[in-house]
Amino acid sequence: MDTPLLTVKNVKTYYPVKTGFMNLQTSYVRAVDDVSFEIYEGETLGLVGESGCGKSTLGRTIIGLEPLTDGEILFDGKPMNFRTDRVSLSKQIQIVFQDPYSSLNPRLTIGDLLAEPLTVHNIVPRNEIQQEVTRLLQLVGLSETAKARYPHEFSGGQRQRIGIARALALRPRLIICDEPVSALDVSIQAQIMNLFKQLQRELGLTYLFIAHGLGAVKYISDRIAVMYAGKIVEMGTAEQIFKNPQHEYTKKLLGAYPIPDPTKRSILTQQ
Amino acid sequence: MFGYILRRLLIAIPVLFGVTVINFIIMRMAPGNPIDMLVSPKLPDAAREAKAIELGLNDPVYLQYWNWLKNLVMHGDLGYSMYTSEPVVSMILERMGPTLILMGTALVLGLLIAIPLGILSATKQYSKLDYIFVTGSFLGISIPNFFLGLILVYVFAVQLSWLPSGGMKEVGGDGGFGTLLVHMILPIIVLVANVAGRNIRYVRSSMLEILGQDYLRTARAKGLKELFVVNRHALRNALIPIVTIIGLEIPILFGGAVVIEQIFSWPGIGQLTLSSIMNRDYSTLMGLNLVAAFVVIAANILTDIVYAFVDPRIRKSYVGGAK
Repeated sequence: MDTPLLTVKNVKTYYPVKTGFMNLQTSYVRAVDDVSFEIYEGETLGLVGESGCGKSTLGRTIIGLEPLTDGEILFDGKPMNFRTDRVSLSKQIQIVFQDPYSSLNPRLTIGDLLAEPLTVHNIVPRNEIQQEVTRLLQLVGLSETAKARYPHEFSGGQRQRIGIARALALRPRLIICDEPVSALDVSIQAQIMNLFKQLQRELGLTYLFIAHGLGAVKYISDRIAVMYAGKIVEMGTAEQIFKNPQHEYTKKLLGAYPIPDPTKRSILTQQ
Repeated sequence: MFGYILRRLLIAIPVLFGVTVINFIIMRMAPGNPIDMLVSPKLPDAAREAKAIELGLNDPVYLQYWNWLKNLVMHGDLGYSMYTSEPVVSMILERMGPTLILMGTALVLGLLIAIPLGILSATKQYSKLDYIFVTGSFLGISIPNFFLGLILVYVFAVQLSWLPSGGMKEVGGDGGFGTLLVHMILPIIVLVANVAGRNIRYVRSSMLEILGQDYLRTARAKGLKELFVVNRHALRNALIPIVTIIGLEIPILFGGAVVIEQIFSWPGIGQLTLSSIMNRDYSTLMGLNLVAAFVVIAANILTDIVYAFVDPRIRKSYVGGAK
């Protein structure tokens, strides 16, 4: 537990705003503004915040899908240029996207979708690719018959399982879960959350779990970071955040979190 | 899939029938008749009458149509030209080759230019390159065929004398591949400007739509190289709507042939169509109309079939899930 698996140091992701006749750059949108945190091997860091606070941008910046404006990201203690090393880094860090309906190429079968990263990165020898695809499908609780089918033939929960299998294909050490359950039904959400937990136990994965609600994050996270307007306003263990929130925004967020059990509801509203 | 094609072919029969009926009626409503074009005005009325009876022009219109249809269905015969007395089938076949050479080359070259430029334009949206391509394609669409054709003839044939102004070979020459190529340059430029101009925009907008899709981000997250992401994931999805448009390009080219072939004296279907209209050559026109209608229908059916092959979701619904 000495070196963190991922260190994010003063990371900024700004988008230029261009207006006017000559497309002059007038200002920036500070999507991620000076964020720092660490994730240790095997733990889950939950990242919560309202829509538009920059949490997804942060996740995409970490795997190099968005250009880093300023700051430093260290993986396994080594500084990484995520813009130039995007291809090789994808083997270490993977992402599960929010919307399982639009994030799978509709023209490729599930077998092709899963085989593609395996071939591109030479994860397994060519003749073992089919077995590996089957193994991945079984890992996320799908049967081998899914191989020949197309994404539109699956339900949302099944598609998210495919999305997870796809992320696992490269055998990454860190998985960024970018609101992986918010597009799903509540009953399916629980299944997928349990799958994440089970995979973490079996494969020793590290998660950065992004969500806009506290419910999902509380269930899965060891530590929680609360993000507001591009900055992390509070970070602590799940217990600290829920029992003793420090920042005003965290308190508001907790107040908005519905408690399914009416007898427990009163405890929170008193705070 | 086979049943689907068969169904489409069966539907084509009443469509073709309807097209010939309408064409026949329109043709007969137009002023003028073949006799005036064929014989000297000085000929006595009795002789003109005899010629009209010989050509069957004095029969009621419905009977003339019936005779034409009966001849086609029973013998597969389109009759004889009222102007040259040659068999219509052989006249059309003779003109088909030059038209296919011209249109086929224009279509292939146009797409070879449009697809890469469209992709480049989309991947580098709002760059200088994008603006150049979009403006160029706008010009290609906007300039009328005949106008660009005449300018090219004026500059390259009349002023510079670099290229021939028309025809497929020199007068009295025996042709050959080299001469054919030289004669093709100008008409091909005109047609390609149009085809490429139109399709650059289709490819660009289709690619832009796909490039914004979430699954391209997934492909990048997989660690695929950018070229691979664009070619394998984006282009293949973008090609689905483009295939439809390419299919519709064939009838457009066929129609454009009439103007282009006239300007460049290209001995093809278009030129034959125009001269047949001038001569009120009813029987040849009926044959040409039938061919044109057939081309349009065939292009549509072909598009649907190709569509099924490029989109696995549609293909699967035809095959019925068996794979």
